[in-house]
Amino acid sequence: MSTTDDTEEPRPRAEEEAPAAESHGGGTRKRRRRRPDFLPYGMVLPAAAMELLIHIIPMILGIYIAFTSLTQLTIRNWTSAPFVGLENFVRGLDPSGALGSELFQSLFRTIVYTALVVGISWALGMAAAVALNTRFRGRGALRTLFLVPYALPVYVAAIVWAFMFNQRDGMINRLLVEDLGLLDQGPFWLIGDNAFWVLVIVSIWRLWPFAFLMLLAALQSIPGELYEAAAIDGASTWKRFTGITMPMVRSSNAVVLLVMGLWTFNEFNVPFLLFGDVSPDSARLISPLIYEHSFVNWNFGLGAAMSVLLLAALVIASAVYVRMVLPKGNSND
Amino acid sequence: MVVKIPAKAVLSASTALGMVAALSACGGTGDEESGDRTLTYWASNQGASVEEDKEVLQPSLDRFTEETGVEVELEVIPWGELYNRILTAVSSGDGPDVLNIGNTWAASLQETGAFVPYEGEDLEAAGGEGRFVETSFATGGAEGEPPTSVPLYGLSYALFYNPTMFEEAGIEEPPSTWEEFTETAEELTEDTDGDGEPDQYGFTMEAGSERQNSHFAHVLGLQQGGELWADGPNFSSQEVVDAVKMRLDMMTEQGIVNPSNAEFSDGTQSIADFADERAAMMMAQGSARTTLASRDFDDYEVAQIPVMDPLPGQPIQSHAAGINISVFNETDDKEGALQLVDHLTSSEEQVYLSQEFQTLPVATEAYENEELQSESMDTFRTILTDHAAPMPLIPEEGQMETVLGESIAGLFADAATGSEITEDDIRAAMEEAETQMNAAD
Repeated sequence: MSTTDDTEEPRPRAEEEAPAAESHGGGTRKRRRRRPDFLPYGMVLPAAAMELLIHIIPMILGIYIAFTSLTQLTIRNWTSAPFVGLENFVRGLDPSGALGSELFQSLFRTIVYTALVVGISWALGMAAAVALNTRFRGRGALRTLFLVPYALPVYVAAIVWAFMFNQRDGMINRLLVEDLGLLDQGPFWLIGDNAFWVLVIVSIWRLWPFAFLMLLAALQSIPGELYEAAAIDGASTWKRFTGITMPMVRSSNAVVLLVMGLWTFNEFNVPFLLFGDVSPDSARLISPLIYEHSFVNWNFGLGAAMSVLLLAALVIASAVYVRMVLPKGNSND
Repeated sequence: MVVKIPAKAVLSASTALGMVAALSACGGTGDEESGDRTLTYWASNQGASVEEDKEVLQPSLDRFTEETGVEVELEVIPWGELYNRILTAVSSGDGPDVLNIGNTWAASLQETGAFVPYEGEDLEAAGGEGRFVETSFATGGAEGEPPTSVPLYGLSYALFYNPTMFEEAGIEEPPSTWEEFTETAEELTEDTDGDGEPDQYGFTMEAGSERQNSHFAHVLGLQQGGELWADGPNFSSQEVVDAVKMRLDMMTEQGIVNPSNAEFSDGTQSIADFADERAAMMMAQGSARTTLASRDFDDYEVAQIPVMDPLPGQPIQSHAAGINISVFNETDDKEGALQLVDHLTSSEEQVYLSQEFQTLPVATEAYENEELQSESMDTFRTILTDHAAPMPLIPEEGQMETVLGESIAGLFADAATGSEITEDDIRAAMEEAETQMNAAD
């Protein structure tokens, strides 16, 4: 049975209701149809066009290339590079194959690296933010000093670190062997197993000021009265940190950890500048591995397939994280 | 909220865009209407800097313009960027008219079909095959196919040694066999500051460089009687394994190379060690002389690379190294482009370029020039003409150099960090490299 009575007068259309709803005071303003307003779309159009050009089209091309055997030999007519279906994905993902096993090793290494770098950077950033959130002499100078690693170009910073970690003439070994006498002989840092730890150290040095900066901003938004009230109630410093600070910066933490996690997982600059085109086995992360396949061995199809896999993994991980951790927000917002 | 954009602003923006478009159009038509012939030329970075290269090349290009009336727009591209720039040009079809390529890339780039084959009239226009040093000309592309590049700068490895250090150690002659080389290097490996550790070594090498590791696997592999490529990667053959072991033993068994050399990978660090007199010998290409000159170091002489005695294979001392020059298929002025190749490879210009870049002439006639007569030039020339063999002329050559060289660099890294490297370890690493090559192919 229909719920609509055929004899009922037709309801006014939404666009006809709007002016009436706006006629405060029961005036008899003349109803008129609003002309479609294209300006907002026009304003968005340049950004949308650039997004399409810079992100969407290259991403679609990348996905297409992942299904082809595009190499240096076929690049001249790259649109007609042989279509190989899922072959690149199969080769890239086969754990018993040379390429697949390398990919999984790099993936595992990258996950460990990301957890270490993000975890330690966050802890350092939080500690520094809490310390500098109270007034004391020299606070301004310390804040500036802490931001230096973030302000330095990564190229300069990584090259200087590479000099410092040089086995024979580097400052680190000179300090450990000659100045402090902790070791008889300077170890190798940029080759062998230690290369991984150099990568972790340099990445933390580079990243923690970002956590510090973001968390300091979040801490400054917490009303001082909360701490005063807690202090009157006899709450210890640790209790105030866990009971007030952490819950109040939860949203900022969630965003900071997500952003740092994505950046670190995709890290390319630091290993490339420390180790060159090809990282040592112990320090080969997933992004440099993809670069190596694409731009050192010129197997663009394979590199694209690995990039697609990486993108899919990151999107899924980010989506789960956002759903589980990020605040849901207010539906009225 | 509706934002109103003033009509005046819209008008100003439109006018600005219109002017930009008009000016761009003016730039394009002006050249066409004037009828000027202009070629674009991508040169590889040979000297200490891009600026220095421009200063060297511009007079040569000016002479070309005087002779032919054809202008040349020069761009010098750093070595590390060159290959990817070429591939970008190949994929877009929008590249220079003439460009330099590394000669080990010749077969790969030939396979793309992006370059003019030098055959018939085109080869004659570029100087003709008879102009070139035979070993260098052989690097122009795959065997049995018309080359798509001809040599421009010749290079070969040679043994650089410090005569003062030799004299102090009572050594009169540079070594000519590997046995002599080891003995000489052992004598020159010394603890000069009395701390119980050697601080002066007999030899320095770029043990972390993929390129150099592959080059010497090729050279020593040929001396051993093997080869890197035989219808596929042949790295785990006994000859190549022995060749790799010969170099590793210098660090592990003989102790004539500082283990810190395992970190050397950019092609300059062993030259710096040699110039700082931390090592008495090195094996480098002729272009190392520009780096030594920039460090004001001239206490060196050049000799041929040692050869095995008895020699199971061939007396090869270097790969036929160097830079080649190609003409892009999409050029609008093929005639002018070939003229430029002819000009740059001519005897006169080869003499000039060889002196400036410390390279070897690729035109045989240039060697007769009085200004190039020297003992070191003779040594380099002999190595290039009589004792050099091109790296395998295969499309996968670049990839092979990376995979094989990286594998050898890994062995050096293991050795330097204290692992004992056996022949079986080397063979396993070589088999792994073969698997990677086959998997990626």
